[in-house]
Amino acid sequence: MKARSLVPIFYILFLMLPIYWLVTMSFKTTNEILSGFSLFPQTFTLDSYIAIFTDPTWYWGYINSILYVSINMVLSVAVALPAAYAFSRYKFLGDKQLFFWLLTNRMAPAAVFALPFFQLYSSVGIFDTHIAVALAHTLFNVPLAVWILEGFMRGVPKELDETAYVDGYSFPRFFTKIFLPNIKAGVGVAAFFCFMFSWVEMLLAKTLTAVEAKPIAAVMTRTASSAGYELGLLAAAGTLTIIPGAIVIWFVRNYIARGFALGRV
Amino acid sequence: MLELRDVTKRVGAITHIKPTSMTLQTGHFNVLLGATGSGKTSLIKLMAGLDPLASGRVILNGEDVTQVRTQGRNISLVHQFFVNYPHMNVFDNIASPLRVAGMSENDVQKRVEETADLLQLRPMLMRRPSELSGGQQQRCALARALAKDSRAVFLDEPLANLDYKLREELREQLPELLAGRGAVVVYATSEPEEALLLGGWTALMEDGHVTQFGPTSEIYHSPESLAAARVFSDPPINTATGIKTGSRISLESGMGWQVANATAELPDGRYTIAVRAYDLSPKRKSDLDVQLTGRVIVTELSGSDSSAHFQMGDNSWVSLASGVHTYRIGQEHMFFMNPSHCLYFGDDGQRVA
Repeated sequence: MKARSLVPIFYILFLMLPIYWLVTMSFKTTNEILSGFSLFPQTFTLDSYIAIFTDPTWYWGYINSILYVSINMVLSVAVALPAAYAFSRYKFLGDKQLFFWLLTNRMAPAAVFALPFFQLYSSVGIFDTHIAVALAHTLFNVPLAVWILEGFMRGVPKELDETAYVDGYSFPRFFTKIFLPNIKAGVGVAAFFCFMFSWVEMLLAKTLTAVEAKPIAAVMTRTASSAGYELGLLAAAGTLTIIPGAIVIWFVRNYIARGFALGRV
Repeated sequence: MLELRDVTKRVGAITHIKPTSMTLQTGHFNVLLGATGSGKTSLIKLMAGLDPLASGRVILNGEDVTQVRTQGRNISLVHQFFVNYPHMNVFDNIASPLRVAGMSENDVQKRVEETADLLQLRPMLMRRPSELSGGQQQRCALARALAKDSRAVFLDEPLANLDYKLREELREQLPELLAGRGAVVVYATSEPEEALLLGGWTALMEDGHVTQFGPTSEIYHSPESLAAARVFSDPPINTATGIKTGSRISLESGMGWQVANATAELPDGRYTIAVRAYDLSPKRKSDLDVQLTGRVIVTELSGSDSSAHFQMGDNSWVSLASGVHTYRIGQEHMFFMNPSHCLYFGDDGQRVA
């Protein structure tokens, strides 16, 4: 083996180490985790996973997270599509400024908006609902989705629009039958980034929920038993939170490469 | 019949199309001839309803379509760049305007196959446009434009991005494909040769307006202005300043000839004299020919034509003659032209004789 191929191998091992540690921990008992260093589980157990899949507090955490993340993805992309089309196709007063302003929305930390959202949602009565978290996350995801989609739409020549109109396509029909299929990679990439943000964002999700829509991240931090934190259980929960992200990345991996090529991701 | 009445186009404060009026007839090609940026594409987009008019009216087959959107005009358009729907195969591409119009699937199938046969696309009906060569892609775009019975077909430099062989092939085919459709055919090009080959009528475009519109040969032989003559000449038309005294024209280089008829009636003075490269020959063709002498600078041999650039006084002229002629670079050579082929323009650039 050549010496230079050792470098990426070492790098990949380095990256995989924390994930490996998390996964092995999830198959150990809490006692074994606390008792010292071991590379493999001495007593292999699925108890932690069984505990998660049988306890509604646990598995509802996942369902809640998946629900508001999905709502957020659909909302963000649905709102961003027409906005990005306008930015990519029309010139209007203040278009560049508006585009920049949209992006600046992402530059404020989520914590800044936690209090206003909490107060607002409490007063209109949508506190502790999935839609509350999904709406809060659109503040960050719509600008990102507009930005990504605009890049992909710009890559579609305006002549394609014109050809469709000449062929007799009405605008809605053109948009769904001709335009969307040609930017589906962009829609995939935009949805992926909305998913990423919404799935890992914890502060707003925790602040805006209590019981009904409590996300998995909140469940994990609030779970402690009389024996202290159950580390095996936490590790199993952590492993399970990685899986949806891994699945989504698997689906959009080719599109993301194209997004990078377009200089927008 | 497509009629434009004082149409203009403005974007912000910039006028893209100055007031233009013309009536385009069916049954022959209507060629828009002009350099890049002269407004050919802008004018086509106005006619197609893709860009809003600043003023004026567009009348298609007697119906005022100024306010009708592109979708409702029943027209076809082929762009310079090969535009097809990338996510559909060739069959679905050609079928798309028919399906949108609500044609039954049986008729669609028949019509697509007929059109595909005309354009030799039958073997690639199931392929995606990206799997086709440039020529095939453009044929696919043409097939989509021809599949439906449109009232007007706009071809915006459809052959400009094809290689020489394909361009010739398709150009020969085009008149035949479009004949007998009863549609107004508008063909934009920047090449004078294409306008001549496609015949019909030609509109010369310059700087956002039509300078002259009429039967192609008429425009070629009697341009109204020096600018029109320049647009419709490839290689560029030769010009020189000549002074008329009595019935004699003399060039600054000292050469001259006798003029007759209308030209002789012109008041004495300075004129710009223009003659096309094809009308200058290294061989004497008739007794009326005038002899010019110039020093040859560059020679080119293209196919069966030989061209020579020669310096005559302050003017650099080009001669283009069929057959192979040998010139010696740096040597004085004799060229002949029939003075009746000369065009005379006044100070304002308008043709006087």
